[in-house]
Amino acid sequence: MKILVAIKRVVDYNVRVQVKPDGSGVATDGVKMSINPFDEIAIEEALRIKEQGKADEVVVVTIGSNDSQQQLRTAMAMGADRAILVESDQAVQPLQAAQVLLKVIEQEQPGLVITGKQAIDDDNNQTPQMLATLWNRPQATFASKVEFTGDNQLQVTREVDAGLETIQVELPAVVSTDLRLNEPRFVKLPDIMKAKRKPLDVKAIGDVLPNAEGVAIEVLQHESPQPRQKGIMVESVDELIDILKDKGLVS
Amino acid sequence: MSKVLILAEHNGSQINQSTAKVLTAAKQLNADAIDVVLFAADSGLASQVAALNGVNEVKFVQCADNHDQLAASIAPTVAELGKDYTHVWGPSTTFGKDVMPRVAALLGVNQVSDIMEVIDANTFKRPIYAGNAIITVKTDTAQIVATVRTASYAAEKAMDGSATINESNLENAASHTTYVSLSSGNSDRPDLQTASKVISGGRGVGSEENFKIVYDLADKIGAATGASRAAVDAGYVPNDMQVGQTGKIIAPDLYMCFGISGAIQHLTGIKDAGTIVAINKDADAPIFEVADVGLVGDLFKIIPEMMEKL
Repeated sequence: MKILVAIKRVVDYNVRVQVKPDGSGVATDGVKMSINPFDEIAIEEALRIKEQGKADEVVVVTIGSNDSQQQLRTAMAMGADRAILVESDQAVQPLQAAQVLLKVIEQEQPGLVITGKQAIDDDNNQTPQMLATLWNRPQATFASKVEFTGDNQLQVTREVDAGLETIQVELPAVVSTDLRLNEPRFVKLPDIMKAKRKPLDVKAIGDVLPNAEGVAIEVLQHESPQPRQKGIMVESVDELIDILKDKGLVS
Repeated sequence: MSKVLILAEHNGSQINQSTAKVLTAAKQLNADAIDVVLFAADSGLASQVAALNGVNEVKFVQCADNHDQLAASIAPTVAELGKDYTHVWGPSTTFGKDVMPRVAALLGVNQVSDIMEVIDANTFKRPIYAGNAIITVKTDTAQIVATVRTASYAAEKAMDGSATINESNLENAASHTTYVSLSSGNSDRPDLQTASKVISGGRGVGSEENFKIVYDLADKIGAATGASRAAVDAGYVPNDMQVGQTGKIIAPDLYMCFGISGAIQHLTGIKDAGTIVAINKDADAPIFEVADVGLVGDLFKIIPEMMEKL
């Protein structure tokens, strides 16, 4: 079985992004870029499944600018076998991303697709669900545990508001990862060298998806969030309790 | 001329407050009609929705075998019904996040995720980058599919509604997906997402056993309990207690946290809280930058002292 992992190049999660003064976007020049953390978990899960002998190839795909090759190389240094870059200079919204990924699926015929539940830049949390829908296959979102149970069946534990929900899905399927699915491995230097020789296929988005359906949502303006008012520091529990009582928050 | 269809959420016996919060947001569209679609086994839930002020019609779709919880089973019906509406909205809870993008894909539109402000029927504000930036977005597709950031809206409380209820049975239940079980880490404490007071703990609490004093204080003042990602990752508490960008986004009147340093991913989950109180032994912890009241000190001394004095 082949596993396809979809990843995205995003501003590193440790960077505190700033809105540009003219409101046209967030400042990303010279900012550290990384694999979206949820996607890194997706790569790790795919590699573990392969290491258990339940998959024979892990293919990683991204949609983005040519710079995204760095993240694909990192994924291959982690252990992915090969990579596909669907190159686009424009930002791609979830519906279009799902259509592009569906084209890649038609080409690659994976038995399982794993991807992060959301990218930490746009925080949309849409692409995996849309991909499963267009592919007409099941989805298991927000996964914290993935187990193969018999032929073509996957049992997935999902992190939901009420606790942990378990569902059973038939393969092929789309799994979206949550934080506690695994801890991604660190990349070793020899693996970085090895990854340079692994195949990385670059395709133009217009060739992969000549006719995208649906219209993009227009972004009119970016702004900084309203800051909270500066608070106060107290020295003692008594002082704290007095304030809480004053505000009517405790009796 | 807007017409809104809201996807209701429930736990099997109670309608989730997220439904009433989406209703509050939907009312800002000045719509001609607001209808609610409810997938459930128990028709009694339909009357709970029908009583919500401002709902015209409840479309109750009876489901068996927990298909009401499965996105692949219910999304086709939501999308089909949605064709008669200008807006198809759900909550940005894990339930809504699972289902609504499927509805959007079936209707051929991008979804507006996490609406925090309605400007007009086509224009909305939503957070990106864990709330470090807010964008204003506009879309004029035939249907606007969206999730509503529940922490941004108060629940519609008035229960004087008398919506009509129309019943049907679920068609097209997915055969490739089966519901197996739900294990809830939940306790008898108030629900984290709707509680007016929340006490939470972070890595600084140190262990599962140590969390007992956090629970004790919560019980003393009738609060729900939450935690940072670090505390959940360390196994001190179950995942459903996580507050933050990828956990629960909450807006209690009082949020009091112990031993939480305040990573931006956590702060995004609490910035709508009325009063934030932070107790941490590190005076430089970023949590103090957003706290309304801060106290530097050892939580293992401060909590017992609070227990005694409250």
